[in-house]
Amino acid sequence: MKLRLRYFARLRELFGTGAETVQVPDDVRCLADLIGWLAGRGGVWAEQLAPGRAFRMAVNQDMAGPETRLADDDEVALFPPVTGG
Amino acid sequence: MKIRVQTEPFDLAAEVTALYRDNPAVGAVASFLGVTRDVNAGLGVHTMTLEHYPGMTERALEKIVREAEQRWHLLGVTVIHRVGPLAPTEPIVLVAVASAHRGEAFQACEFIIDYLKTRAPFWKKELTPQGERWVDARDSDETAAARWRT
Repeated sequence: MKLRLRYFARLRELFGTGAETVQVPDDVRCLADLIGWLAGRGGVWAEQLAPGRAFRMAVNQDMAGPETRLADDDEVALFPPVTGG
Repeated sequence: MKIRVQTEPFDLAAEVTALYRDNPAVGAVASFLGVTRDVNAGLGVHTMTLEHYPGMTERALEKIVREAEQRWHLLGVTVIHRVGPLAPTEPIVLVAVASAHRGEAFQACEFIIDYLKTRAPFWKKELTPQGERWVDARDSDETAAARWRT
């Protein structure tokens, strides 16, 4: 399926991009799968998305967790813990 | 509810007044103002930039305010959060809550800012004499938000 990915703040700087569209294989069904797939790119992706690293995820602009299921054309955002206010 | 995410400064007095001026049922307005400080963890801050996730930010704030309205009987809520570059002493965020009595107004106001600080997609970056630095999230903010769990 197709997914629209967004990255913010420190992750955006480290990944070198704020947005990309990806075509993921059929075995990517939930956010945990997507994170594993992205980490498979190696380098900074593996580093920043490794187990235990602190980052947050949203699907279609709602906070989400590793179990959140993904659907075609979903917007998925990855970002550091928030620091507003 | 009035929710704004904007680069422009806001008028605190005007926003607070708007919450009671036309509603004689309002007996209390509680407000919180977040202000840009000049020091963070020992480094001198020159300016700060607020990044946000356009679309999700407003949605997240609405969700937080709706939850406050479910928990307490409120007569009005205003949340204004600035984004973009900010200098020390510039206001960053206003949370103002109107209700019949002060108990609900105080509690809801604190709840909203505690949840905003842990759930609304904003990120602060500081420009210091040592270079640019993303602000780290604080454990104390998570602890503050956890207090409100039912």
